[in-house]
Amino acid sequence: MIEFEDVTYGYGGAPLLADVSLRLAPGSFHFLTGPSGAGKTTLLKLCYGELIASQGRVTLFGQDARTMTRDDVAMMRRRIGVVHQDQQFLDHLSVVENLSLPLTVSGRTTPQGDLEELIRWVGLENQAQAHPPELSGGERQRAALARAIVMSPEVILADEPTGNVDWEMSLRLLKLMVELNKMGKTIMIATHDLNLIRSAKQQVQARVLRISNHRLQLAGADL
Amino acid sequence: MNRLSGLLQLITGDAQADRVVPPTGFTARLTLFASAAMAFLTVFALALSLATGRLAENWSSALAHSSTIRVSAPEGQVEAQVLAVMDVLETTPGIADARVLTDDEQRRLLEPWFGPDLPLDTLPVPRLIEVTETAEGYDAAGLRARLAGEAPGAVLDDHTRWREPLVRAADRLRMLGLVSILLIAATTAVMITLAASAALAANAQVIRVLRLVGARDAYIARAFVRRYTLRALTGAAVGTALGMVAILLLPKADATGTFLTGLGFQGPGWLWPLTIPPLAAVVAFAATRRAAFATLRERS
Ligand SMILES: Nc1ncnc2c1ncn2[C@@H]1O[C@H](COP(=O)(O)OP(=O)(O)O)[C@@H](O)[C@H]1O
Ligand SMILES: [Mg+2]
Repeated sequence: MIEFEDVTYGYGGAPLLADVSLRLAPGSFHFLTGPSGAGKTTLLKLCYGELIASQGRVTLFGQDARTMTRDDVAMMRRRIGVVHQDQQFLDHLSVVENLSLPLTVSGRTTPQGDLEELIRWVGLENQAQAHPPELSGGERQRAALARAIVMSPEVILADEPTGNVDWEMSLRLLKLMVELNKMGKTIMIATHDLNLIRSAKQQVQARVLRISNHRLQLAGADL
Repeated sequence: MNRLSGLLQLITGDAQADRVVPPTGFTARLTLFASAAMAFLTVFALALSLATGRLAENWSSALAHSSTIRVSAPEGQVEAQVLAVMDVLETTPGIADARVLTDDEQRRLLEPWFGPDLPLDTLPVPRLIEVTETAEGYDAAGLRARLAGEAPGAVLDDHTRWREPLVRAADRLRMLGLVSILLIAATTAVMITLAASAALAANAQVIRVLRLVGARDAYIARAFVRRYTLRALTGAAVGTALGMVAILLLPKADATGTFLTGLGFQGPGWLWPLTIPPLAAVVAFAATRRAAFATLRERS
């Protein structure tokens, strides 16, 4: 679904990521780890066409990312749910309007019941009419997750989804991710939280990729 | 064609799409005001064009009915030639009336150039005969030929020489009115482009989020285009209405009217200003669309 072949990327200067090869198979569960500033967010951005590789090839759903038009990118993003590190809500819309934004912009509707079920699933039934700035860190993360999956995408990319939340909330978010994976979704979570990864490994078959020295490596069992 | 259906779709609207872009405070009021002001000016430019058009027509028809014959001859022969000319005119078809100007009338004509105490009888000033033609008119070439035979000192001046510049001036004035309308339309486009660009820049973060959740450029552009088109339409409607009221309240004069009092719209002419609001909407639609796509493309 998402494939990198010898991808190199740098913001102008020296490459931040070099010779990265990667393949996200359908239904797989990946963690992406590495110290802060290693390039985790950058790698995810390459996965959803926000950045284009300087060298090498990124293939998204069979299409070379370099040849995609702006409309192609928009269409591709409807198949990938992204939980952004900084969430990115529209503050003038209510939580429920934010959650259904991907549906709105693609001219789709979903049965009201499905939307309510999704909101219950992430535990935001009391915040549905609130506006994003009124939410706590954990609520924002759950809202971001709900928005990422509202289009029922095949792939879910989450960038530090447990960034500003306590351990209990982290486990709750992880549990939601694991449930999604059991439904057949392809998942990649970028995190520097090794405890979260350990906890996940007890629930699901997950591969751990680590960015170290600009390269991507498969982490061993030493985690 | 594509644009037209886009425009129709825009008017019928998509309330949900409208909500995704937050209200854009001052640019909204700016667009309303600018469209109203421009529509108001357009009403006057239109009135000017229509009035000068009418004027050009009136002038060319009114002037066409009179001409002059100038008789200049050596001393002693003038009177004989004037009589010969009058004889010729009497038997020329299409001449309604012919009259020799009196000394007083001629003096008055010359006064602006030579002062009031002109000794007309001692000067070789030509005699002037004023000719009024019938609606059908006369054959100027035929008349000239006969005059050449009967009164070699007579010259027919059928006014075309000085009628034309007047009509040309009126036509030019009408052109200037139309050019003004085009300039106003262009200025409106520029102002709406600036306002829409400011709104697009102010909403950079909103546009970013919309793109992240899979919105296509066309969708994002539409949210802005719809807004500015409707605002331009509303503003122009108000401006046009005010302009028409102002024209309606202009003082009236008699039927012939002079240029200034004849500035109003007449009859079906009142329908013309009604095209201003829809045209303003079309201008706004095109301008915002261009601005939106340009901004979205450069911010990928
Ligand atoms: N838009 C950008 N322009 C220039 N440098 C950037 C930009 N985004 C990130 N960087 C730099 O790239 C490096 C990796 O960033 P990032 O991918 O966010 O790392 P991580 O998510 O692993 O913390 C950092 O040093 C960061 O400063
Ligand atoms: Mg990051």
